[in-house]
Amino acid sequence: MNLRKVAVVGAGMTQFVRRAKETPQELAYKAVRTALDSCELTLNDIEAVCLGTAPDSFDGFHMNGEYLSQAAGAFRKPYMRSFVGGGTGVFVPIQGWYHVASGLFDVVLVVAEEKMSSYYPHAQAAFLTIFDHTIERPLKPNLLWIFALEMNRYMTTYGLSKADIARVSVLHKRNAADHPCALLGDTTITVEDVLQSETLAWPVQRLDVSPISDGAVALVLAAEHVARRITDKPVWIEGVGWCLDTAYWTNRDLAYPRYVEKAAKMAYEMAGIKEPRKEIHIAEPYDPFDYKVLHHLEGLQLAERGKSIELYLNGDAERTGNLPICPSGGLLGVGNPIAAAGLMKVAELFWQLRGEAGQRQVPGNPKRGLAQAWGDLMQVGTVIILGR
Amino acid sequence: MQKNPYVNLISLTEDDFNSGHVLFRHDELNAVYAWDTGIAIGHFLGGLKAGIILGTYCANCRKTVTPPRIFCEWCFRPMQGFVQLSDTGIVNTFSICYVTWDVKRISEPEIPAVIEIDGASPGHGFLHKLGEVSPAEVQIGMRVQAVWKPPEERSGSITDILYFRKI
Repeated sequence: MNLRKVAVVGAGMTQFVRRAKETPQELAYKAVRTALDSCELTLNDIEAVCLGTAPDSFDGFHMNGEYLSQAAGAFRKPYMRSFVGGGTGVFVPIQGWYHVASGLFDVVLVVAEEKMSSYYPHAQAAFLTIFDHTIERPLKPNLLWIFALEMNRYMTTYGLSKADIARVSVLHKRNAADHPCALLGDTTITVEDVLQSETLAWPVQRLDVSPISDGAVALVLAAEHVARRITDKPVWIEGVGWCLDTAYWTNRDLAYPRYVEKAAKMAYEMAGIKEPRKEIHIAEPYDPFDYKVLHHLEGLQLAERGKSIELYLNGDAERTGNLPICPSGGLLGVGNPIAAAGLMKVAELFWQLRGEAGQRQVPGNPKRGLAQAWGDLMQVGTVIILGR
Repeated sequence: MQKNPYVNLISLTEDDFNSGHVLFRHDELNAVYAWDTGIAIGHFLGGLKAGIILGTYCANCRKTVTPPRIFCEWCFRPMQGFVQLSDTGIVNTFSICYVTWDVKRISEPEIPAVIEIDGASPGHGFLHKLGEVSPAEVQIGMRVQAVWKPPEERSGSITDILYFRKI
């Protein structure tokens, strides 16, 4: 395949907040304007726009992509919205990548926006329609069920304790204290705080979960010959992968995300990575719940099955450790405006690999990072590998 | 030149809404549907009305799945036919849930579970609830059986099974 090299050359993001006064359009505009300013481009330099935003039900109107188009910089340009549930935030830069790698466009904007707070009384209810209307919804399920069911299967299969899993939440929320956009940064949180928090759907407790949030993130992608004129520090997209498992989630092995494995292997092969545990220097796996990070690290082949918790117990997961995990603070700490949260992880890799992550900077000049998101009915894995 | 890539927002609280500090508009959407059950789930619901649990069998993969579907996603061939399964099974996983769909608190927890149905291939089952059991007693791997509504009350719905109980 004759693909062109594609770089990330600019990034910008809004704060993640529980409830923003700004409309979805205003959120998207702020992130896009900042991303363009970061690489000193104007909208005239942008040839196409890729947008990611999660279900229309959050916003309460149909065709949210069309509503957002001009705020995403897509006025009179080729434009397309992609949507794979929670996996969207990492899928939308993949979409941007193939727009450029294919040779069709040289400079593309990638935008992810989410405003979850409009839904009343609680955004969780907007997720109810992901369940099968005939054989699941009559049981009056709620979104927490599927996470609680998967978490229980995972921790029981490998004999993990709630106290160990809580270490994930603690590290991410502490990391987030260094992120200027974070909603839930907390330098003093302890494992005990997580274990004492309200039980929502055992084994899931309040502090095992990421918050409902509003926010937006944007990246600028460019083909190699243009990227080198825009910046001295392009960050290359070295590999991408995505995969969907069956929607019959009660027929799957809930202890192991096979679809994440397949997505990761696709990305590793493209990036020429043979030994991911040595060759990935920073990982931003999707962390809407603390156990999900562990689950994903195993699917990503960054830990043996049932053993990823050791990265947290032995300090490897810290910014100064051997495999820093979610140095941004992740969804558990920065916040979880669905599509924007996934793209925030890709933006974090961009800043980390350029040495621009400020107080969050991982030491040792990291050269390569991986971001991953997950979603739909617990069935999609989306993976991107960035390097310099 | 490196500009600050982080933008501040105006962050609102619930109080801002309740006290009228901000302008907003409240509305309700009307979304009403009549969903067709389709072929496979139509049979499945008919089975539940008769007090039996159905799956479908793929002759190529030698796999029996439930909930039933008319095609096999592994080999993408049509399923050979419906198979009557047992109304017993094992708990694959469960949760003890203290909140409703709109995050209201409930004191008597619900126990949703994935039940692997006897007669289906290993690991195949569906979502339901457990009953007649205290949360402390529930375990993954526990054997359970469906508790059915009386025949005259069944309507061809997943709720024709009231819950699964420990056996």
